[in-house]
Amino acid sequence: MPALEEKERHYNMNDITKALLKEVSGMDGEPGEGVAYNIREDSTCAGRQSSRDIKITPKKDKPGIDITIDPGTRSESVYIPACVTKSAVSDVAYNDFFVGDNADVTIVAGCGVNADGHEDAQHNGIHRFFIGKNARVVYLEKHIGIGKGDGKRIINPETYVEMDENSYMEMNTTQIRGVDSTRRNTEAKLAANAKLIIRERLMTDGMQEAETRFKVEMNGEDSSVDLVSRSVARGESVQTLYSNIEGNAKCSGHSECDAIIMDRGKVNAIPGLLANNLDAALIHEAAIGKIAGEQILKLKTLGLTEKEAEEKIVNGFLK
Amino acid sequence: MLELKNVSWTAEDGTDILENVSFVVPENRFVVITGPNGGGKTTTAKIIAGLMPPTSGQILFNGTDITQLDATERAKAGIGYAFQQPVRFKGITVRELIEMAAGEQMDDGKICHALTEVGLCANDYADREVNASLSGGEIKRIEIVTVLARHTELSVFDEPEAGIDLWSFTNLIEIFTRHREERKGSMLIVSHQERLLNIADEIIVIANGKVTKQGSRDEILPTLFTEDKACNACPRREREAL
Repeated sequence: MPALEEKERHYNMNDITKALLKEVSGMDGEPGEGVAYNIREDSTCAGRQSSRDIKITPKKDKPGIDITIDPGTRSESVYIPACVTKSAVSDVAYNDFFVGDNADVTIVAGCGVNADGHEDAQHNGIHRFFIGKNARVVYLEKHIGIGKGDGKRIINPETYVEMDENSYMEMNTTQIRGVDSTRRNTEAKLAANAKLIIRERLMTDGMQEAETRFKVEMNGEDSSVDLVSRSVARGESVQTLYSNIEGNAKCSGHSECDAIIMDRGKVNAIPGLLANNLDAALIHEAAIGKIAGEQILKLKTLGLTEKEAEEKIVNGFLK
Repeated sequence: MLELKNVSWTAEDGTDILENVSFVVPENRFVVITGPNGGGKTTTAKIIAGLMPPTSGQILFNGTDITQLDATERAKAGIGYAFQQPVRFKGITVRELIEMAAGEQMDDGKICHALTEVGLCANDYADREVNASLSGGEIKRIEIVTVLARHTELSVFDEPEAGIDLWSFTNLIEIFTRHREERKGSMLIVSHQERLLNIADEIIVIANGKVTKQGSRDEILPTLFTEDKACNACPRREREAL
């Protein structure tokens, strides 16, 4: 266990933050000694702690933090959740991750937004990752919106990733409840032998809107990406999904976009494959449709009602 | 236990697929429905499971009229149904599907027992998704598990042999033979397979939408493979006739 080296400050979080934190990052109370974390609440810091191998420092020129992970860090986790707990807050955070060579870390970066009044509650998180040689990163990001106010809950994440040789990154992003408007943009550049796995899960309902864009450039020999986006559009919601993969060397790329539409939901999937090298092998698969009648029937023959069957199918699909 | 009384089903285009089909599946019996392709066997199985309502006629289960019940209500009443072409689900694991069938969370031991029964190892399959990565034989066996896990009074299997390899088929016969011996409910199996017909207590033949024969295996089986199956318009037959 890394020894506690730095604990800058710790404030009392409000109850909404506590509830949101539990949802987005699984944090129940303050993380233990020696665990690196930064909790952002309504544009301020509600708690921060570095560990021996992971240093978290606030930026001096703009809101946000630098997370520096020492080379060779082994199997450590860092939590950087952000919460907007009331309407009329528009939060922007610039978080940069410097992952040293040969490090192996899990980064938990959830975001919860609570709108309690007429005005919008918004969080824009701009994350940049600089992943060193042979490093391994698992990035978990869960976004939710809550609150009874009629102001919109808005989350617009931007993620930029630079992967050095032989590095590995797995991004699991989930946004399945309560966010009224989202524009997600994810860009990545891969050096030789770098491997990027992306799993996006998205559900919209009511009048919600979501736009998600991926652009992955494979610049190094034998780099690879596997991008799978699964989404469900319910109610009157509208989703637009762009997935662009660019092969600039001998590389392999796969993107898959699966969407279930329900009620009067709409999904527009726009794939893009660009092969700039003869040895770039790129594949795209896309499927949009309502839940197959046979799936509902199968679960009905197991004793589930139609509604229960739909929920099971949707929950499984977005898992 | 199950009784069909004059069940008919007419397709949207007006074609009569089933006409006055009547038969009884007694308690704890192993009954096989057989007959030519397109004769109405699968339609009969689907109507029993509640996947489609009959155009006319009556279905009784343990003396209760279940004609108007949908698939969910019939499942709850005690009818299980295995699809001829099992349905695949992205994201739902084998374990989850079996648990839905059993109506309870199951520990590793129970999952292992359920899968072993159809010759699958829980370590290899329990956490796999029931998606396109499973072969025809694998998903067919999992389909059978989902029916057996329900322990229903009546289990209906629509062509369990369809789409599986020879090895899986041998395994399949063993499963049905074992369940026949245990007599833990009735089985109604739609099949063309002689080896399944050989272990039937009773055989029902459905052809052209009608029950053409029904009775004990000893009574019906000898009559099935003796009739001339050649097509009347067969050129060879026409040549031989000259």
